[in-house]
Amino acid sequence: MQLDKQQLPPEKFERVVIDNDSAERITKPSLSFWQDAWLRLRKNKAAIVSMVVLVLLVLMALVGPHLNGRSGDVQNLRHANLPPKIPGIEKLGIFNGVGELGGQKLDLYEVKKVDEYYWFGTDGLGRDLFTRLWEGTQISLLIAFIAALIDVVIGVAYGGISGYFGGRTDDVMQRVVEILIGIPTLIVVILMILIMEPGITAIIIAISITGWIGMSRIVRAQILKFKGQEFVLASRTLGASHNRIITKHLLPNILGIVIINTMFTIPSAIFFEAFLSFIGIGLQPPAASLGTLINDGYKVMEFQPYVLLFPALVISILMIAFNLIGDGLRDALDPKMKD
Amino acid sequence: MVKYVGKRLIYMFLTMFLIATATFFLMQTLPGSPIASYNKLNESQRAIVEKKYGIDKPKPVQYAIYMKNLAQGDLGTSFVFKGKSVNDLLASRFKPSFILGAQAMVFGTIIGILLGIIAALRQNTFWDYGSTFFAILGISIPSFVFASLLQYWVASEWHLLPVGLWNDGWKSSILPSIALAMGPLALSARFIRTEMIEVLSSDYITLAKAKGANGFEIAFKHALRNALIPLVTVLGPVAAGLVTGSLVVEQIFAIPGIGEQFVSSIMSNDHATIMGTTLFFSAFLIVVIFIVDILYGIIDPRIRLSGGKN
Repeated sequence: MQLDKQQLPPEKFERVVIDNDSAERITKPSLSFWQDAWLRLRKNKAAIVSMVVLVLLVLMALVGPHLNGRSGDVQNLRHANLPPKIPGIEKLGIFNGVGELGGQKLDLYEVKKVDEYYWFGTDGLGRDLFTRLWEGTQISLLIAFIAALIDVVIGVAYGGISGYFGGRTDDVMQRVVEILIGIPTLIVVILMILIMEPGITAIIIAISITGWIGMSRIVRAQILKFKGQEFVLASRTLGASHNRIITKHLLPNILGIVIINTMFTIPSAIFFEAFLSFIGIGLQPPAASLGTLINDGYKVMEFQPYVLLFPALVISILMIAFNLIGDGLRDALDPKMKD
Repeated sequence: MVKYVGKRLIYMFLTMFLIATATFFLMQTLPGSPIASYNKLNESQRAIVEKKYGIDKPKPVQYAIYMKNLAQGDLGTSFVFKGKSVNDLLASRFKPSFILGAQAMVFGTIIGILLGIIAALRQNTFWDYGSTFFAILGISIPSFVFASLLQYWVASEWHLLPVGLWNDGWKSSILPSIALAMGPLALSARFIRTEMIEVLSSDYITLAKAKGANGFEIAFKHALRNALIPLVTVLGPVAAGLVTGSLVVEQIFAIPGIGEQFVSSIMSNDHATIMGTTLFFSAFLIVVIFIVDILYGIIDPRIRLSGGKN
């Protein structure tokens, strides 16, 4: 189709003035590193879903033990070995309190004349498994968070000092690390736990005793990379103290990598706690952690699979969530992956 | 290269020495005594037993004797299995552990590589998400949870395979091997996916495509070969995972292997066996990591072991 010049009057046109300033104008708002990372993390559906799930699990670990007013260590032998029964869902044919008794399928709540609902059932001592599960989750998360925190503090301090001061300090510190890194984590954890009073502190110490090494190596490598760069040199030339260079220039730059690593430290701490408790050298009864609950459940798996099912589900979901968040954060924070 | 290997060997030796020393002295601080179960003995009988196991001498002397024997490969005598040497105990239990580990390794790596290839070739499709999710499951779900579930459903509900023990030939090894294989499977699937994606975007793949090579040839002949090389580096964590896994998986399936031996020796305070197994596991892992580092330099000449400095 041919345009008719007559139909387009000249006053409809506007002359474009080339403005030299506009070439330099930034049209998009400038984003800080963290805003940029958040934008990328938001696109990662798996990581976002995991965060929501994780927040829910942490909330349940905090409020779950108080939800039904039962205590996790009160034994009620008359109510022992009850299968799960949840109001509402019971009509769907699952979680309706039906279990096997002497080879027959019966509503054990009727047989034992129990009017209450035990949402996740009870164990062989008649303890409420719902309360115990969330108490256990709480303990497991507590151990994992504290162990991860210790790893971060020691790892960043050790790696930071070694990398920043360099020279002979670095040499000596790295020789120590090179010997320590050869010792398999599992062996150290088991040996440490054997010589200490079993309990939360023992598990935390056992997990942290070599846990910081990985972090320290990563931090050292990062510090080495940044401390030779111009902005640090400039700061030093202007007379900044070590303290200022470390806190204002180096730490903010390695923070991303430290966070990513912490996200992978937490699930491995959860795993080690559960592992130790499962083979029987971790937390001791009546304390509940995900590991001891799985161990209890494993023993009666043949007859009451639900005792194993719930803690197994919670630990698996926790581990998956932490791993997915870790993956998401790595993609979002690691500048090498930036597209 | 020779200098590097020599340096590594010295470190390996130092690490082993440290582990042996630490284990020895930690054992001395353990609560309870290996001969606690002999409590019906009177003073002189106890002295005889202590003399027999050499624990009547002062600690430094015991340590010297232990280290001297260790240097000759002798791990001492078990306190619980009377008169049996730890070497014999480990040797008799080596086979099941080795078979399980090897099967898990082969099965896990092959399936993992296949999953990784599929994910990389069909990037951002259902296949990719499926295999990535599977890999996340493998890394996340603790081996003992997975092993318990396998045992519950496959063995005790469906009666397909033996519930445990080691007396049904190859059949007894299937479930524990699968439980152990999840780790290597997940690690190699993730690793191959990343490597393949990187390799597939390189120039020589574009060239192969331009020359008209078909998809299959490109994936397996050109891309996979190069993506496989760095997989060697995963061997270290995989070996560590297999040892960790074997402790619980052998326990769950009642397999008479070294892992099960370790856990039961901890329970029975059998100092000599705990030390022997600890040293065995440590030596195994240290040697694997050493081999990985050397192998990587040999098969990929682009990597220089000395760390880039000439």
